Amino acid sequence: MAAETQNARTQVAAPALTPPASMMGMPRHHLLIFLGLLALGLIGPFVLYPVFLMKVMCFALFACAFNLLLGYGGLLSFGHAAYFGSASYVSAYAAKAWGLTPELAILLGTATAAVLGLVFGALAIRRQGIYFAMVTLAFAQMVYFFSVQAPFTGGEDGIQSVPRGHLFGLIDLGPDRSLYFLVLAVTFFGLLLIYRIIHSPFGQVLKAIRDNEPRSISLGYRTNQYKLAVFVLSATLAGLAGATKALVFQLASLTDVYWTMSGEVVLMTLLGGMGTVFGPIVGAAVVVTMQNYLATFGAWVTIIQGVIFVVSVLLFREGIIGVLGRWLKKPL
Amino acid sequence: MFELLGIPPQALFGQLLLGLINGSFYALLSLGLAIIFGLLNIINFTHGAQYMMGAFVAWMLLNYLGINYWAALILAPVIVGITGVIIERLLISRLYHLDHLYGLLLTFGLALIIQGLFRNEYGISGLPYQIPSQLSGGMNLGFMFLPNYRGWVVAASLVACLATWFVIEKTRLGAYLRAATENPTLVGAFGINVPRLITLTYGFGVALAAFAGVLAAPIYSVNPNMGADLIIVVFAVVVIGGMGSILGSIVTGFGLGLIEGLTRVFYPEGSAVVIFVIMAIVLLVKPAGLFGRTV
Repeated sequence: MAAETQNARTQVAAPALTPPASMMGMPRHHLLIFLGLLALGLIGPFVLYPVFLMKVMCFALFACAFNLLLGYGGLLSFGHAAYFGSASYVSAYAAKAWGLTPELAILLGTATAAVLGLVFGALAIRRQGIYFAMVTLAFAQMVYFFSVQAPFTGGEDGIQSVPRGHLFGLIDLGPDRSLYFLVLAVTFFGLLLIYRIIHSPFGQVLKAIRDNEPRSISLGYRTNQYKLAVFVLSATLAGLAGATKALVFQLASLTDVYWTMSGEVVLMTLLGGMGTVFGPIVGAAVVVTMQNYLATFGAWVTIIQGVIFVVSVLLFREGIIGVLGRWLKKPL
Repeated sequence: MFELLGIPPQALFGQLLLGLINGSFYALLSLGLAIIFGLLNIINFTHGAQYMMGAFVAWMLLNYLGINYWAALILAPVIVGITGVIIERLLISRLYHLDHLYGLLLTFGLALIIQGLFRNEYGISGLPYQIPSQLSGGMNLGFMFLPNYRGWVVAASLVACLATWFVIEKTRLGAYLRAATENPTLVGAFGINVPRLITLTYGFGVALAAFAGVLAAPIYSVNPNMGADLIIVVFAVVVIGGMGSILGSIVTGFGLGLIEGLTRVFYPEGSAVVIFVIMAIVLLVKPAGLFGRTV
């Protein structure tokens, strides 16, 4: 991305080339953070309202999936609501109308997002930079218009009172606490998968393409295949987040596919720190908390989000975790 | 009474006219986006909000100061253009050394702020704006009834588009602008104040959006969200046309408006998505856009 942040990033990233060997090839401080997050996740529902925490986790996963594309692939999609929202609709519909068990509903929603990501991604990667952002946004708006008209989405009402059902037909997910641990497991699965992708050889090629696409091509990489692959992965994981969200709130609505949702996930990633592993989680937590506390102030939420955008872009491009990582001299 | 393909001509031409009106707004907005992109290298996400501001400023001028439509048609673009100049000087100009995407994110944030502020102040129900008395009523053209105001909107935006084309392609100022788009450093070396040219270009692009907003005010109600969805369609229009050519933007804008109108006659369910479908096809066949240069 920008020369300035790129320099900052390469400086930060330099020590990562010789990571202290640890479990799963993870540097020790990353492992500690993951364990800390897991501990927080396990204690959380006994301290805070579980539905709020589940919302944070769904959006954290959504933002991390988005960051996989923007922060590591260098591709700014302005239409990730399409994958989040369509997965949310499909899993809600599958659980309510077909009576599917929650795990199947989530899988079906995620698969929908993957297919959609494959189609839109294949088209969108034909353009670069600013056009890529516009194309993804336009396709997402198409999904929105489709959702307004399609008979099964319930139009303005959305799909309401989606049953949470029984996991594998056995465990009742009705109580918030039991659903909470499923969401925790799904989120952690997603986060570790993203971590694995970033640090795999595939992830290294991805970063090379982000930093210098012509050079990667001259080294013999088929960059378009890599870009499409990361687009589909990102869309799929965004779908996983959306499908899970539908069960948490027992609702899939037009808000999930609207462009404001695409903007929110960009904001979470930018605020937390794009191209950092843990930034989007922090960004999601901050944005969701803010929405919760300011919900009664109506349009002020939008205004404050806009202000955060402007301030982040002008003064704070590394994001919260990016700055923290620079202070600690460790990539986070 | 004759019929075309089973569609009564009144309905067909009525929808075509509506399409042409939408097309005028697509053309005016995508033209502004293309000019701004050419020189500033950013996509101005605030464009939709600035179109909305044009309509609101016209409404405020009428209701608070009693200034009529015709004066607002000039004043509102000037006022909104000045706010654009301020935004460019204070905020956007700080991003030119960075990746284009930051410009997109910044202007997106600005759009959220502007829309939020107007929503706080005026709600989302929409405010009425009267058609000026000189243009009320309509003409019967035999095959269809043409409301005078709608005819005026198409004519006025066509004139504005062509005037813009003339200034950019045929005048000295336009030559500076085109040269600065190609190579700003070299143009600066010839003693032309490029930063000022950039600021004025942004102000002009924004003023075009506000002009479209004033034209739209009597047709659609004046509403804080009126630009938000429109701008995304305009993005698709820009992708289809490519941003390389001024006339290309105008032709694509009007053409897609007409296609949308036709779709509304023959397949109403598809009218909201037809432009996006065309975008997908263009991406497959000619990724650089119909009038675009390969990027």
